[in-house]
Amino acid sequence: MVACAEAWRGDGATLASPMGLIPSLGARLARLTFAPDLLLTDGEAYLVDEDGQVEGWLPYAKVFTMLAAGRRHVMMGAAQIDRFGNQNISCIGDWRRPRAQLLGVRGAPGNTVNHPVSYWVPKHSPRVFTGHVDMVCGVGYDRGARELRAVVTNLAVLDFGTPERVMRLRSVHPGVEVDEVLAATGFPLAVPDPVPVTRLPTAAELDLIRTRLDPGGARERELA
Amino acid sequence: MTPDEIVAELRDGMTIGIGGWGSRRKPMALVRAILRAPLKDLTIVSYAGPDVGLLVASGQARRVVTGFASLDSIPLEPNFRRARQEGTVELTELDEGMLHWGLLAAAHRLPFLPIRAGLGSGVLEVNPELRMVRSPYQDGEELVAMPALRLDAALVHMNRADAAGNGQYLGPDPYFDDLFCLAAERAYVSCERIVPSLEGPPQTLLLNRAMVHGVTQTPNGAHFTSCVPDYGRDEAFQKRYAAAAADPEEWRRFTGQYLQGDEAGYQKAIQ
Repeated sequence: MVACAEAWRGDGATLASPMGLIPSLGARLARLTFAPDLLLTDGEAYLVDEDGQVEGWLPYAKVFTMLAAGRRHVMMGAAQIDRFGNQNISCIGDWRRPRAQLLGVRGAPGNTVNHPVSYWVPKHSPRVFTGHVDMVCGVGYDRGARELRAVVTNLAVLDFGTPERVMRLRSVHPGVEVDEVLAATGFPLAVPDPVPVTRLPTAAELDLIRTRLDPGGARERELA
Repeated sequence: MTPDEIVAELRDGMTIGIGGWGSRRKPMALVRAILRAPLKDLTIVSYAGPDVGLLVASGQARRVVTGFASLDSIPLEPNFRRARQEGTVELTELDEGMLHWGLLAAAHRLPFLPIRAGLGSGVLEVNPELRMVRSPYQDGEELVAMPALRLDAALVHMNRADAAGNGQYLGPDPYFDDLFCLAAERAYVSCERIVPSLEGPPQTLLLNRAMVHGVTQTPNGAHFTSCVPDYGRDEAFQKRYAAAAADPEEWRRFTGQYLQGDEAGYQKAIQ
């Protein structure tokens, strides 16, 4: 969650659109600590502060305008993602008659060419981190992505900080071996030497998470 | 008008836009009226939810134009999902912003509008009819030329309307209902209540009568989708819908119980 929060560091007054529970908690944690200017929504049409108090109105039409203006940073999921950061949430198999219909492209094509995008993958595996995605929804760096900030998983944080803009291991979470990450990734990863370890939450952050953001412990279930 | 009178104005093969978003403020009473009619070969343009799910399950939607099909609290629309996997529906898959732009172009009677969304993505590969356009100005940027999504008819659901066709939403989001109406040859509005005069903040008066060709009062007509502030989504019923859609036998039972009769019968059955 802290690694998700870190993705928004330095964003200033930007609309944070986290998809899913852990990214949502991460965005709220970022806003409560090191990114107080972030804009958060209630998931419907209101901008709300960290206590749920309404500070603005943002129906879908206005989200599309903020998005096109580049003043947004979204953290999406990925059913598949390749080494350039091409992401698929549409369907698995042949698009014409998929083996599994998923969400559809949603706003991923527009997001990735307009503003920063990060990804959250709760289960790091070669099925997700694959050499070939079945339908390019979010575009990767080889197809004109604007900025792919970070890919946060249950094992590690990845980014595209290489000269060729291919995926690199940025840090492993505490207790995770580099080999574990490589084995769970279906393409060769750039690996720095030494590999940093993802930072742990500070005592103050832990307190916020436990007492304010997620007292019921819903975060544990998303990772179970 | 009644929902059945509205649907009697629709024809086989039409392109029909449906307002709302996902499982929010969908004109479900009008969708249910389509289910009772012999209409077929429809192309449905929608930010898709159970409207598309039902019309795909009934076999009346031949093609869907959308960026997703979702029940919101249940991420995947089960009938749409099955139809895609069984190859029984055709899909024009667009980025959400492209769909918006296509409606905006149609509403403005433009042939297309340029947009960045779609560049480099699989959307261009699965829709080979899409063309690019180069900015004629100094920047010379290449953009997607999103074609107008012209509609033969639009169906939307409002909280309130008057008999002349002025329509009011009272929830948090207008979605794109005004654009659906302006992009369509004919637009039909169902509403919770027809009132003699509309009251409330001027920004809530989304539709005017120049955009609308028919109005019908359908209390609880967005059920089981949300119609805030009149009512929220019927999550329990939506769960029942999704569970039924997962099994052909259950689906037969579900349609028999809820979707065989008229709207009054439906509203009685869900009590």
